[in-house]
Amino acid sequence: MATPQWPKMEKRALLGKRISRLDGPVKATGQAKYAYDMNRPGMLYARCCFAPYGAMKINGIDASAAEKAPGVRAVLVEQNMIGDEVRYVGQILATVAADTEEQAHEALRLIKVDFERLDMVLDDMNPANATGKPSGKEEGTVDDAMAAAKVVSEGEYGIPVITHCCLEAHGQVSEFKDGEMTFWPSTQSVSAYAEGMDQSIEVEQSKIHVDCQYMGGGFGSKFSHDQWGVIGALLSKQTGRPVKLMLERDQELMVAGNRPSAFGKVRVAVSPEGKMTAIDADVWGTGGNGGYRMPPVPYVFEGIPNVRNKGQGIKTNRGSQRAWRAPSHPQGCFITMAAVEDAAAAAGIDALEFFKNNLDLTSRPEVYAEQLDIAAELIGYKTKAHLRGQGEGPVRRGIGISIHTWGGMGHPSNCDAIINPDGSVEIRLGTQDLGSGTRTVVGIVAAETYGLPLEAITVSMGNNKYPFSSASGGSTTVGGVSSSTRIACTNALNALLEVVAPRLGVAPEALEVAGGKIFESAKPGNSIAWKDACGLMGPNPITKQGANEQKASQDLKLIDAGVGGVQMADVSVDIETGVVTLNEMVAVQDCGLIVDLKTAESQVYGGLIMGITYALYEEALYNHKTGRMLNGDLEFYRLAGLKDIGQLKVHMMTTEKYDSRGVIGLGEPPVISPGAAISNAVANAAGVRVPHLPLTPERVIVALQKGGILV
Amino acid sequence: MADSTKTTRGSGLSRRGFLKGISAGGVATGLVGGAAVQHGKVVEAAPAVVGPGDTAIKLKINGEVKSLTVEPRTTLLDALRNRLDITGAKKVCDRGTCGACTLWIDGQPAYACSVLAIDAEDSEITTIESLGTPERMTALQQAFVNNDAQQCGFCTPGMIMACEAFLKENPSPTRDQVRDGISGNLCRCGTYHGIIDAVLEAAKTMKGGA
Amino acid sequence: MKSFEYARPASLDEAFALLSENWGETEIMAGGTDLVTAMKQYVTEPNRVVSLRGVAPLRAINATDAAIEIGAMATLREVLRHDAVKAQFPAVVTAIQGIASPQMLSRGTIGGELCQRPRCWYFRTGHGLFAKENGEALVPAGDSRYHAIFGNQGEAHFVSPSSLGPVLVALGATLRIQKGADSRDVPADAFFQTPATEKDRETVLKPNEILTAIVLPVSGAKNATYEVRHRHGLDWPYTTASVSFVLDGGKAKNVRIALGHVAPTPWVAKEAQAALEGQEVTEATAAAAGAAAVAGATPFDKNGYKLQLVKTAVKRALLAATA
Repeated sequence: MATPQWPKMEKRALLGKRISRLDGPVKATGQAKYAYDMNRPGMLYARCCFAPYGAMKINGIDASAAEKAPGVRAVLVEQNMIGDEVRYVGQILATVAADTEEQAHEALRLIKVDFERLDMVLDDMNPANATGKPSGKEEGTVDDAMAAAKVVSEGEYGIPVITHCCLEAHGQVSEFKDGEMTFWPSTQSVSAYAEGMDQSIEVEQSKIHVDCQYMGGGFGSKFSHDQWGVIGALLSKQTGRPVKLMLERDQELMVAGNRPSAFGKVRVAVSPEGKMTAIDADVWGTGGNGGYRMPPVPYVFEGIPNVRNKGQGIKTNRGSQRAWRAPSHPQGCFITMAAVEDAAAAAGIDALEFFKNNLDLTSRPEVYAEQLDIAAELIGYKTKAHLRGQGEGPVRRGIGISIHTWGGMGHPSNCDAIINPDGSVEIRLGTQDLGSGTRTVVGIVAAETYGLPLEAITVSMGNNKYPFSSASGGSTTVGGVSSSTRIACTNALNALLEVVAPRLGVAPEALEVAGGKIFESAKPGNSIAWKDACGLMGPNPITKQGANEQKASQDLKLIDAGVGGVQMADVSVDIETGVVTLNEMVAVQDCGLIVDLKTAESQVYGGLIMGITYALYEEALYNHKTGRMLNGDLEFYRLAGLKDIGQLKVHMMTTEKYDSRGVIGLGEPPVISPGAAISNAVANAAGVRVPHLPLTPERVIVALQKGGILV
Repeated sequence: MADSTKTTRGSGLSRRGFLKGISAGGVATGLVGGAAVQHGKVVEAAPAVVGPGDTAIKLKINGEVKSLTVEPRTTLLDALRNRLDITGAKKVCDRGTCGACTLWIDGQPAYACSVLAIDAEDSEITTIESLGTPERMTALQQAFVNNDAQQCGFCTPGMIMACEAFLKENPSPTRDQVRDGISGNLCRCGTYHGIIDAVLEAAKTMKGGA
Repeated sequence: MKSFEYARPASLDEAFALLSENWGETEIMAGGTDLVTAMKQYVTEPNRVVSLRGVAPLRAINATDAAIEIGAMATLREVLRHDAVKAQFPAVVTAIQGIASPQMLSRGTIGGELCQRPRCWYFRTGHGLFAKENGEALVPAGDSRYHAIFGNQGEAHFVSPSSLGPVLVALGATLRIQKGADSRDVPADAFFQTPATEKDRETVLKPNEILTAIVLPVSGAKNATYEVRHRHGLDWPYTTASVSFVLDGGKAKNVRIALGHVAPTPWVAKEAQAALEGQEVTEATAAAAGAAAVAGATPFDKNGYKLQLVKTAVKRALLAATA
């Protein structure tokens, strides 16, 4: 009888091996069809007319000329905006559907909007603009601890608003036919995509079909069907034609999600023993038109005995924030770890020594200690390290450290496992593959459970006709689907073993599977091939369900939550130009049991590169008079390229101690530390803290000039 | 704004005696039309002016001649994706920066979003659809799979086209040459590490005569 | 993009017949890498686009002992790989390598590179060449980090986007401009202009004139370009310096130093030239020339950092040229 617990490490055929993703070939050959690629017969192209100013009162929208423009089939005016106020540039005022994309775009210019300008707030660097009630806490006696400290370091830090910048823009193709609506969206949430949509499009929930096999990036911004999902559907209903509505790049960057900024003034007290004894943090930032949550400061070093922190949000006339890979953590991590490194520098203590000496203030000191040693070894810390500011010459090298944590508990997920009489097997679940390798993970778990090769598994997913699986966010998917898949497959296998047991003359409990055979554990020669075994089932397939229920799965050690990670960066700073070059970066990461080592490592490499990008390049900039993004493109909204990333090394914690905890999500953790590690490395090299990310030449030069290093 | 533009066009072109626009139907693909009158005298072999409306063109794509209708303003990328359902090249920045729309024009990598379809007549256009299939991938495509050089995969077709073009010119690249040579493509998921390994692996495989 | 007519003439004569004498009515298309984007942004809305792809002679590169004549339609890659260019003009090679995208190099032409429109983000988002909102200039109180620090006291605050412009100025190149049967040669530094009105352009080209060739005199002068870029790959330079000088008995003569991305045109650093003229090129004299190069700079609030970049770029270009 098979049990749902993970097999012991030495008995695994596929789990934890380096396995190529199942959809690699279809993607590498350009054959994967994304929402943006769906072309339906008679399809119209839709484009949105957006508000040009960050604060306007709309008195009227006249689309009559646009309606008569060549090729235009319908214009949907946002009637509820008339009389209402626009709160950020990019808010949709009307949408045009036309025969061609060129016609739709051109017709936008014929829409006349009658409006008045209103005052707006854009500046998020000035805490005086804060409006919300401050949050925060005071524990212990901060002022006393500061007074008693050997050193009190003080710093200012900032990390600006950045966008998700998914390469595939938000949007969908919608097709209304015979009373049913089909969506091909780019989404992180296939099962729940249509939730709450039935009323606005007047199609009942059971008649809404959603399919998303491939999607071009979400990073936390594609949970909802969004306003454009409804607009596309309404246009399809109105015209009787399929409608493709994908945001243009500038809109994508302005309205489809961003990460809140965080600025902070932080003081850290260090005792004569080199221990942090107090932290005092004043933090603010903006979530644009959306809400604001104070990032965790102190981060990871939560055990600092005396803590005072205050957080306040600034409502600005910019697009609303959305969950951005590891919400709040990169900000909290950057502000905290920069302040920690500044404290070490102020105390004249080597940063690695300082981090290690303070690990008892974290909730997993052994994990970080082990990871810090591995990272130091990989980056050659001993030979490269020096105290801050000891570099010489025009190009100076430095090392920086950061540590982070994340939860990553598998989300609710349901799965159907089907074994057919011909021996074929199919897994069905309403999850989605964002490119993190979900499809492959499901296949590996099923194949491992059945003792079959990966190629034998058909993974059916990405459609809302399959059992409900949660949205992919917060590193919850791999835990969720591997658990539900494991349980469903175990249930199906046990049903098959019941059928097979009489043939092999033993009880089902005495059987196990491996290498495409079902056999008696005690006497492996007593066996039957998988296909032959399935032939005994009769005409009907076996279909069994499995569900990931968090508490139960955690008890079975299928999944768990809570990981640690360490990153170190080695940079060169050209102090005559302010240009930062990333030489090398190391990530050491724990994520419990690893299902596929290859795609797991890819997540970490990807997190590092995305982190390098926001550390060095990314920043959403706004026109101070209009509120429009100045760099709503990929030219000045810079993403790192192949030449910017240096040498990367990834080390996954794979020993039994980590593995035995079960599967823990991995998408978020590696993207948390790079901003802090790289900023710390730049401070170490340049001899001065560059307070704000990204570390652009202009910021580095100004900091060097202020620090007297450059005159 | 649109109204004033229309006025300019109407008076501007006729007043200055430009060659009169020839309607799309009469022109088909020939860009060099017959004689035309300018300032009262005949200009020999004057070129045809086509558009601004629908214009029939022929594009040679992956060795096959395709007839289609575009406007002069239609980009090559939109012509492929929207008129011909050839969707391997992706639209991401649409401003000639990110490389997701990379294909080859006369054997050289180019951004399809920044080329007018009509201006690509008489050129050989090669898209990712002409390389491998999932069952028979090129050495580079196989190396992308082996090295997990893709996550969401949206940048991948453009990346493959850029890397294949790079390998044609640099069959034995160093790591640094790969970093230099693939500077016209961006990825958001962060797959560059795998891409560099994939290009190096493919270079080796290709030299092995595979 | 607004609708437009398209023509692909087979000769210059045909092309001239298709061009308007007023800006805004017709545009000449070379590689299209800038024009297509500019039309999408409604930075320009021509009624007719005249493609020069059919004018084959414009693509030729001819080298003699005295000069290299590069047809305006030669692609950046063709220029980059030309043996005579490589042998004589490292300043050109570095500048083209700086346009790091292979896709750009295959399609972009040298003529197009010189005639591309500014990248000023206000200009590209509908505020006109002089970057105004309701008549008020946006740059001085706005985000000026990539704007001009020289020649910015008038209404033009953008920087010339051309990577090759300063190189050609430093090398004393001439640009051949043709209009019908007439042809004129313009020195590179006279080719670029700061537009007097928003309707003017950033070069002296008239709408019905065609830049046909770039002539680089072969003088044996030492030359180099140094670019400061944020990203190591494809990116717009923050600041560039191109230098050229003859070494006469170990002393620099005929020193020419031109800066890029710091002014509405390539900017001749006269004080830096004077500082180095007749000197040996050493770390100290190069640094002194760099320091002299910022004379007269009038940075905005957010681009004072460029002074440091100018100093460094000039110094490093001079040292690179001697290496």
